[in-house]
Amino acid sequence: MRAPHSDLPLALDEVSLRAGETGILDRISLTIRPGAPTLIVGPNGAGKSSLLRVCMGLLAPTAGGVSWGGRRDARPLRRAFVFQRPVMLRRSVAANVAYALAQAGCPRRLRALRVEELLDSVSLSGLAARPARSLSGGEQQKLALARALARDPELLFLDEPTANLDPAATRGVEEIVRAAAGAGIKIVMASHDLGQVRRLAGEVLFMVRGCLREQSEADAFLDRPSTPEAAAFLRGDIVL
Amino acid sequence: MPEGLDAWQLIVSGDATLFAIVRLSLAVSLSAVLIATITGLPLGAALALTRFPGRTGLIVILNGFMGLPPVVVGLAVYLLLSRSGPLGFLGILFTPLAMVVAQALLVLPIIAALARQTIEDLWREYRDELAAMDVGAAGRVATLLWDSRISLLTVLLAGFGRAAAEVGTVMIVGGNIDGFTRTMTTAIALETSKGDLPLAMGLGIVLIALILLINAGVWGLRVWSERRVGA
Repeated sequence: MRAPHSDLPLALDEVSLRAGETGILDRISLTIRPGAPTLIVGPNGAGKSSLLRVCMGLLAPTAGGVSWGGRRDARPLRRAFVFQRPVMLRRSVAANVAYALAQAGCPRRLRALRVEELLDSVSLSGLAARPARSLSGGEQQKLALARALARDPELLFLDEPTANLDPAATRGVEEIVRAAAGAGIKIVMASHDLGQVRRLAGEVLFMVRGCLREQSEADAFLDRPSTPEAAAFLRGDIVL
Repeated sequence: MPEGLDAWQLIVSGDATLFAIVRLSLAVSLSAVLIATITGLPLGAALALTRFPGRTGLIVILNGFMGLPPVVVGLAVYLLLSRSGPLGFLGILFTPLAMVVAQALLVLPIIAALARQTIEDLWREYRDELAAMDVGAAGRVATLLWDSRISLLTVLLAGFGRAAAEVGTVMIVGGNIDGFTRTMTTAIALETSKGDLPLAMGLGIVLIALILLINAGVWGLRVWSERRVGA
């Protein structure tokens, strides 16, 4: 059954993550509230994926704390994650969605109908019977989105979901993300594509080398970056 | 080669002795594989998904046991089941049941070790997605077993091949008693040493044909399900 409480706001308090001697995240504090999509931007290796995983609860921070709606041990009942390279279960397209629905506690009698609705919402209805692994990269990403939406999430994390896609598939994925945001799902998405930031972001988190440098409104970030690194990143300079 | 012709005649005429032997062999080996599957798959899955001290050592031992010499397993089971052994009171030595037990022990490491490898490979791939979907321990095992079922079918086949082809354990714990514990492999060994080559060859042909038939069936199943799920 669904938990009655909310996972928002999501709060990180002085979160650090280390792997042996290597620091991955360095004392990050932030709060994510309901509203327009939050995009995490920054150069490769800045720690965007690790930050998303900590926010989802997939990685436990080495130091600091994470809380969802004020609770520290909240199971990911109303959170969902779309990976950069999603793994398709060795089942049909429809069975992949049905599996996610079953895990999310959707009653058996409603599943067939929900599978149909979800596949329709990501325009994969025609491929329901196909083996999921035979889909193209863009179609797999859409199926991963359908699986994530099957959890009826309040918070949806996406890790550079369009990094390996062509422009048409990118547009398809962005439309689904925009529709999800319009339906009230809080989107938190990593991206290093500034065009995508312009198209989708309401708020931007800018990261460099494991540190959070800026958290600001998207327009403000794009027009008046407050750190030299962000300004350089926006100019297209190489930021290390 | 007259023996070859005689062998075919035995098969084609539906020789009762020959078919009783074939039936017993299949019953013993299939039962052994069934028992080894029921115990070996969960064992393999548990080893694949858990971390504990001594796990690596256990995996090395299990992998090594895939090559257990059948006669040694036969000897061990013989000692256990013999009248003076710890399980002697069961009185099952020199019965088909003893042969099933011995072959199950022989096949168990093969199924558990290969299943462990198969499931662990898939687990590496699925781990993040299943964690993100909040799948519990039992659900993980069920999902991994189901999604690797096509590969696991080949694992079972390897176990069956081992059971059907071996002669050492069934000879020792079964005793090769005519009409009771005589299997295809023990009969071939006996008839060859007695010089009754037509029966030995007839049994050999049937044994190979059965193994080919079962392999072909599993292959067909594999192709069919791969087409369906795109594994």
